[in-house]
Amino acid sequence: MEAKTKDLWVFIETNTDGSAKNVGIELLTPGKSLAKKQGGELVAVVIGNDTAAAVEAANTHGAEKIIVVDGPEYKDYSTDAYTIAICTLVEKYGPTSMLIGATNNGRDLGPRVACRLKTGLTADCTNLDIDEESGNVAWTRPAFGGNLMATILCPNNRPQIGTVRPGVFKKCMPQEASAVIIKEKIHVDSSDIRTQILEVIEEMGSEKVDLEGAEIIVSGGRGVGSAQGFDTINALADILGATVGASRAAVDSGWISHAHQVGQTGKTVGPKVYIACGISGAIQHLAGMSSSDCIIAINKDPDAPIFDVADYGLVGDLFEVLPILVDEIKKARA
Amino acid sequence: MNMLVCVKQVPDTTEIKIDPVKNTLIRDGVPSILNPYDGYALEAAARIKDKNKDAKIVVLSMGPMQAKAVLKEAISIAADKAYLVSGRTFGGSDTLATSYIISQAIKEIEKTEGKFDIIFCGKQAIDGDTAQVGPEIAEHLGYPQVTYGLEAEVDGDLVKVKKETEEGAAIVGVSMPCVLTFTKPSWDPRYPTMKRKLAANRAEIPVISDTDLVDIDTTRIGLKGSPTKVKKTFVPKKKTGGIMVAEDTVEASTKKLFELLNNANIL
Repeated sequence: MEAKTKDLWVFIETNTDGSAKNVGIELLTPGKSLAKKQGGELVAVVIGNDTAAAVEAANTHGAEKIIVVDGPEYKDYSTDAYTIAICTLVEKYGPTSMLIGATNNGRDLGPRVACRLKTGLTADCTNLDIDEESGNVAWTRPAFGGNLMATILCPNNRPQIGTVRPGVFKKCMPQEASAVIIKEKIHVDSSDIRTQILEVIEEMGSEKVDLEGAEIIVSGGRGVGSAQGFDTINALADILGATVGASRAAVDSGWISHAHQVGQTGKTVGPKVYIACGISGAIQHLAGMSSSDCIIAINKDPDAPIFDVADYGLVGDLFEVLPILVDEIKKARA
Repeated sequence: MNMLVCVKQVPDTTEIKIDPVKNTLIRDGVPSILNPYDGYALEAAARIKDKNKDAKIVVLSMGPMQAKAVLKEAISIAADKAYLVSGRTFGGSDTLATSYIISQAIKEIEKTEGKFDIIFCGKQAIDGDTAQVGPEIAEHLGYPQVTYGLEAEVDGDLVKVKKETEEGAAIVGVSMPCVLTFTKPSWDPRYPTMKRKLAANRAEIPVISDTDLVDIDTTRIGLKGSPTKVKKTFVPKKKTGGIMVAEDTVEASTKKLFELLNNANIL
């Protein structure tokens, strides 16, 4: 389809309580500069049930226009209802581009929407820009397990759509709310929703781990050696008020749950400080944490690739280093 | 129960190295494997077949002739029959074009194998990592989808899928026909048996080529039919200017590290 405007849309995914998931608000930050370069407005598209909190969050984080679709059929995410809502809006308003957070639901929705609209989608972008030559969005994403980066364009189809992982961009400072709010009624009949949630399982040990919102992360890898080994990681995390992360090696060994995993098949994080302990730094892990502001690496192996991305590196056994570091922090704070 | 599993042959991305001089991907000598997520999808189908002996598992792969290797592997694990979708005009297809070709091929295969009740895919392939082809096949066919599946069970007219969510897991019921995509479950997929390996070696694998898909819209396939274009690829830049702390003892190094971090207001 043809674009009717130069507007850039950011899909704001909501929780079941109607609040916004972080990633949608984060995406308003790059959305603003892309919209400006495209010569259009930044539009937040909020879909959910009782969405006042999500609308407010979008309004105080840079949205110039907010389109709201609110109704009980949107309380729980479903592929069918959300695809119908977004495609209906796109056909009505014709944005030129759209950003979707690459959450599990966002990665379920994005391809479904792109396919229905017969347009291109670029998944899991880590950098967004405007291609100077053509004026299209230049979507940059990792491929081959993070070994290679690719910049993708969608020159002839509209809207151009990309999903972006949580934690790649940071929320802007809250500002005065000034968005124009448009309410759209899009009713989806329950018979058109072909999936239903039968049961929600709170898995053992699936405690809420907020890696994407963490300011400091202390992560352990193969060098931690055992589940008990994570006590040493936890001790440093506790004193710093940090969240505990892990590499795939540690998760696959069963020492810590998948909720803690950072990297290509885990979470993408961008904390102020990332402390990698006993992590060799496989490219898949680096793909998930290299945008951290400050990376501190502690590893026995001086040739570990983690030192290639570290701002501060120390070659040594984490079980020796971490307790001393904890003592030093305690002393400094005493 | 008539099931189709879509599989892809991928380079083992954990074995890929970067040429330090040319700064490009070294693909020579990298082993080709069955995409691990497709292996989980195949196992989920096999588990349904375990409980329902009349069930049939057909596998499909789109790719060059070498991709027959992963189809034979799938037969040696659990599949009854395999098809390769391969054609010169399919080359350069992005996810939208690929999923369109596969959906057309599925309709062609259904003429022989009957209508599929469930189509299984891996969540994503480890080379492209897009997670788009499964849901796009579902959309082309007009079927419902459940992604991030861990286990699936047939219960009357419904498939009950345990799926990974950000909060933990959920059981989702979906009507058939449907498309399911799978991620890594807590169990390991079964191994091939010797008997099945022999059967796999003997198996004829029909090839569905571009000329077999007579109804396909050729403006929607290949490089030209793909809405996304690769502008450039590059190897991620390494950071420079990091500080290695190396005093005489680990204790001294640690103290020095803390001093540096403290002075820079990092900790």
